[in-house]
Amino acid sequence: MSKRTVNFKIYRYDPDRDEKPYMQDISIDLEPSDKKLLDALVRLKSKDDSLSFRRSCREGVCGSDAMNINGKNGLACLTSLDGLDNVVLRPLPGLPVIRDLVVDMTQFFKQYHSIKPYLVNNEPAPERERLQSPEEREELNGLYECILCACCSTSCPSFWWNPDKFVGPAGLLAAYRFIADTRDQATTERLDNLEDPYRLFRCHSIMNCVDVCPKGLNPTRAIGKIKDMMVARAV
Amino acid sequence: MVKRIVVGAHYGLRDWIGQRATAIFMVIYTVIFALNALMLPEMSYEAWSGMFAGGFLGFLTFLFFLALFYHAWIGVRDIFMDYIKPTGIRLALHVVVLFLLVGYAGWAAQILWRL
Repeated sequence: MSKRTVNFKIYRYDPDRDEKPYMQDISIDLEPSDKKLLDALVRLKSKDDSLSFRRSCREGVCGSDAMNINGKNGLACLTSLDGLDNVVLRPLPGLPVIRDLVVDMTQFFKQYHSIKPYLVNNEPAPERERLQSPEEREELNGLYECILCACCSTSCPSFWWNPDKFVGPAGLLAAYRFIADTRDQATTERLDNLEDPYRLFRCHSIMNCVDVCPKGLNPTRAIGKIKDMMVARAV
Repeated sequence: MVKRIVVGAHYGLRDWIGQRATAIFMVIYTVIFALNALMLPEMSYEAWSGMFAGGFLGFLTFLFFLALFYHAWIGVRDIFMDYIKPTGIRLALHVVVLFLLVGYAGWAAQILWRL
């Protein structure tokens, strides 16, 4: 197999050294074992060790290496290098940049925590597990798989404009995951918590979140179901 | 006032349903209006104003304008929420737009009922 070169344009910013961010042009020769964009990035780092990015599991489970790849958010570890000759890499949009491709996720996790992402059930725990019917369990599919990589929320204009007030697609998907859970007893409080012109209703269903989700999840549908439940209890 | 992010106004559903309901009404009205306009015997001022004078279509037209203004209010308010960050300026803009739309509604009524 002949060697292949990938040309990168990478957003670089080191607040200790750079006055302002700039785009760095850099190329790298791939080895046959390099299959995913993350492999190329790791190879790049061995060439220029000042390049910063997050990575951990390198198989789409931890959600660390989310970045803006050729204008679209995604995970470097799940993006194939096939046919990828010119790559423009930027940090996730809408979040403060700490350095290079590393962003400050505080705001994102603040919103996630605001929906109480844990089961609320005040009854004493049964001797064995709290049971669900297969149908009830089915409802949680497509909700619990979220890895909190922030690809969706940082591709959402509503989240860009109001990251402090709009929960964002990731948080709302998680909110519905617990609203839909028959073992949870805080449905009313959860709906109350979201019935707000900012927290939920900033979503205008443009589906950028669905477009970018590396796990193939659908936050827009979950948000629609929350709205349906609000309608059901109001009318 | 302490500087903290405050959310939880506990409204939003009403406006969300309202925006959809008014949208559906406006679509239905547009069809009825187009049919009525196409069935006019001639395109003259008398025929045109006669179409709205009194009667059912005049009433529907007034409802259409109310729907349009309510719909516009929610849309414009959403734009202000996204782009106008200082609370004072946003409140002032909200008030101006509300007064304008209420004024337009009165104006629409005046035009329709003088026909």
